[in-house]
Amino acid sequence: MSAENERSEAKTVVADQSEGGFSFPIEAGHIMMFARALGDDNPVYYDESDEETRRRGGITAPPTFVAAAAQFDPDWPYRPRVGVEWNGSGRGPGTAPVSSGGGTSLHAEQHYEYHVPLRPGDVLRVDRELGDSWEKESRRGGMLKFSEEVTRFVNQRGELAVTARRVRVVTERTVEE
Amino acid sequence: MSTKISELSVGDTRESIVVRDLSRTQIVMYAGASGDFNPLHSDEVYSVEVAGYPTVIAHGQLTMGLAAKLFTDWIVDGELTGFGVRFQRQVWPGDTLTATATITAVSDDEGCRVVDLDLVTVNQAGQPVVTGYARLREYN
Repeated sequence: MSAENERSEAKTVVADQSEGGFSFPIEAGHIMMFARALGDDNPVYYDESDEETRRRGGITAPPTFVAAAAQFDPDWPYRPRVGVEWNGSGRGPGTAPVSSGGGTSLHAEQHYEYHVPLRPGDVLRVDRELGDSWEKESRRGGMLKFSEEVTRFVNQRGELAVTARRVRVVTERTVEE
Repeated sequence: MSTKISELSVGDTRESIVVRDLSRTQIVMYAGASGDFNPLHSDEVYSVEVAGYPTVIAHGQLTMGLAAKLFTDWIVDGELTGFGVRFQRQVWPGDTLTATATITAVSDDEGCRVVDLDLVTVNQAGQPVVTGYARLREYN
């Protein structure tokens, strides 16, 4: 059996395990890196001893932090994987993803509902669910295909912490400014 | 200057520059922190030659996270209960983004003050890149 076949078999096993979501551990260092990437130096995201942090009962995650669940998503497509060809540039310029069919997959809308704060040490169960999909004709991008996805983040106490709703759009052609 | 939620009324507004001259490095930092390594965001060669864009495009979620700083810095004793945006236009390296929030409603929920605000972030040309809303509830 070739290494290639072993790999695709291994991938199948991972996919089976991921049915019913995945686990997203919330870590202090990860929150700090995320806040830094946003240029957000609010001490509530990294400084335990800050007065405001203490008032809030400890470090919490910034509003858009659950986007980083991608790090733990076994099916996340935008992460280079060992032994799997990456579509970005190397010696060559890279290749277009199969799904886009010459257009571009873009993020159209993002909505969050917050129920319980996220804190370092929490372990969230992440479940994604496909919502509606619809099509629209546009002058700039040709036929636009919209699809909606709802993600629920439930903490280790069984409390629904965050609900996220994402709308993606795949354009028929490259959108000019 | 930060504000307490109890001091806010409808029509109050706050504006702030959430990023100046967005660097490719900051986009890379965001890719690393979020795990979104789509080459469209960090790979200039791919973005230009394969995707047909003038350069890399900032993550929508990065723009959303930058916008959030406006109200988390403004309203100190508010707990965020809802936040949503529509991505209006691409954000590029070198962009300077200014976010503006306007209080649209003030209400009471079981003795806690709640405020709703509208949000718009524009680039240096004054074009909206993201529009949205947020709701904050007074900490108990």
